[in-house]
Formats: sequence, C-alpha cells, structure tokens
Amino acid sequence: MTAQVITVSSGKGGVGKTTTVANIAVALAANGVKVVCLDGDIGLRNLDVVMGLENRIVYDIVDVIEGRCKLRQAMIRDKHLPDLYLIPAAQTRDKNAVSPSDMVRICNDLRPDVDFVIIDSPAGIERGFRNAIAPADRVLVVTNPEVSAVRDADRVIGILEAEEKRSPALIINRLNHALVKQHDMLSPEDVLDLLGIPLIGIVPEDESVIVGSNRGTPVAQDPKSRAGQAFRNIAKRIKGEEVPFLDTEKQAGLWNRLQKMTGRK
Amino acid sequence: MEPPPKNDREEIMGWFGSKRSAESAKERLQLVLIHDRTDLTPTELTSLKDEILEVISRHIDIDSNAVQIAVEHDGRQQRLVADIPLRSVVRRRTG
Repeated sequence: MTAQVITVSSGKGGVGKTTTVANIAVALAANGVKVVCLDGDIGLRNLDVVMGLENRIVYDIVDVIEGRCKLRQAMIRDKHLPDLYLIPAAQTRDKNAVSPSDMVRICNDLRPDVDFVIIDSPAGIERGFRNAIAPADRVLVVTNPEVSAVRDADRVIGILEAEEKRSPALIINRLNHALVKQHDMLSPEDVLDLLGIPLIGIVPEDESVIVGSNRGTPVAQDPKSRAGQAFRNIAKRIKGEEVPFLDTEKQAGLWNRLQKMTGRK
Repeated sequence: MEPPPKNDREEIMGWFGSKRSAESAKERLQLVLIHDRTDLTPTELTSLKDEILEVISRHIDIDSNAVQIAVEHDGRQQRLVADIPLRSVVRRRTG
C-alpha cells in the first residue's frame, strides 16, 4: 500500500473542515479501506470530539515527534470502524512544536501501511496551515457559499498555486437550496466561477450534522442523512469513482413539490 | 400622523426594488478577488490606468471618453484588458 495524503483546508474558521475530515474518513473506511486522520490544529484539538474518541487519547502527535511514544501508540482506533484511526493534536500552547518536515516524516512512516491519510488543517494561513499542506498529495478546500468564506478560500488556493501543490478541489459546505432559489445565497455555479477550481462535493445545510457531532458519530454513517450522502459521494470521488452531484431537486421545498403535483413548471 | 419623509420612503422602496443579495455578493467578490490576487488597491489600479493612457496619448490621439481598461478573469487567470479607441486623423494628401 502507498497511502494518498489528503489535506482539508479552508482559510476561514468555522466552515466545517473538521466535520468534513471526520465524515470523509468514516465514509472511506466503511468500505474496508484503511484510513488515518491527523489533527493538524495544535492547541485547539477538535477532531477527537467530532469523531467521539476524546476519552481514548493517551498520546498525541507532539509525543510522537518528541519521541515519547511510537507512531503506532498514538493511533487511536475508531469505536465502530476497525480500519479507521485518529492521531490527535496536542493541546500544547507551543505552536512551533510541529514543523513541516515533522509532518512529512510522519506521513511517510504511515504511507506503506494505510490507504489514506487525511489531515485536518487549522484555520488561517500561518504555521499550522503550512504544516498541514507540506505532506499533501492532494488538497481539498472547504468553503461556504458566503462572501468571507469564499474570499479566504481564494487566498488559500492562491498559496497552493504558489507552492505548486497540484490542483486543489473544492467542497461547498452548508448550501441552503431554499436561499439559493430565492437568490439570497451564492449558487454552486457562482462559487465555482469565482474560485476557478474543480468541484468535488456539495454538502447541503443539514441539522443532522450537529446531531452527529453532539453524539460523536459523523453523519456519513447515517444512511438517512442528506449531508451524510454528500460526504459518502465525496469519498467515492476521492477513490476515482464517477458520482453525479446530488440532485438539487431533491432538496426543493414544499412549494416546489406543490408546483410539480399540480403540473406547473 | 405625518407620512415619513420622502427619503425614508425611497430607501424602503429601494430594499424591495433592488437586486437580490446573491447578485451583490458575487459582484463584490469579483472585485475584491481581483484586488486580492493582483495585490493592487482600487486606487493603484486607477493610477495604473491613468499612466497607461498618458503614455499612449503622448504618441497617438486617443478617444479618452471611450477607453475601457479592466482586470478580467478567466478561471484563475487574471488579465488586464484595455480597449483604447483611437481618434481618426484626417490626412491631407500631398502631391
């Protein structure tokens, strides 16, 4: 095996990076694929709670780097999925505890044994972000259809271009179809036109995501969740499968359904 | 009761009559991304345009009212596009 290292980034905080990492990882690992998640947000660790693994942490990434434990010992196995692991971030205040070359070394150690390493980048474009993209074979940029998130995504894409990180792909998270329909939210076409990179997923705004993170069970494991379906589709596209984008008609509101029932277009 | 002064009423009408917010968002982002990507402020872009026109008009007569200079984008490619109409000069034939 030679793992593909995928970094999930966004620039702006709060757009759903950590949720995206947890869900893509769960969706990938559900099919017998071996996945390791790496929390790159030193000092503000969160991937552990979103994945529901906070009570199992013994060692973290800084313990690995500083030689207090072996890489294997810092890998926490998921509660439900035997092929999914998390390497948690440290809660230290020292942001310089990790360097880009540390990240490259850890990923290279993981590569022979797993299929995917998924890195949760911190918000911002400083050290933590640089650490997170250093080992990446591929970067997924998460944005929301909203001015500040799109602007920050553009900054990140610009940096990736300058660093010659090969073709990043875009995830539009928290799309509200009702607002798009009434022209009060940027449409996926608008966002793609502005950012000019290929799309790999559109995730609808969905309350089940919050319920999932409350419970520490990412929604990609819930067959009924619309957001979960969108994350499973992204996982398939990562593996190279051709999956059509979610039919926007399915999310259409009551008014639209009524119009259809009465045969009006 | 007095009706609200005209200005307020116009403002309220403006809310309903104006374009939807998604369109404003896209237009504002288009401008801000041009400046972010080129690292040029709107003021710098204006003086760039002025200087280009000054140099050109030193050599040929241009129709300065019809000039269009703007940064356009095609995917992630930025391009400074200038459309500068020239004034036709009536040449007198000699001989």
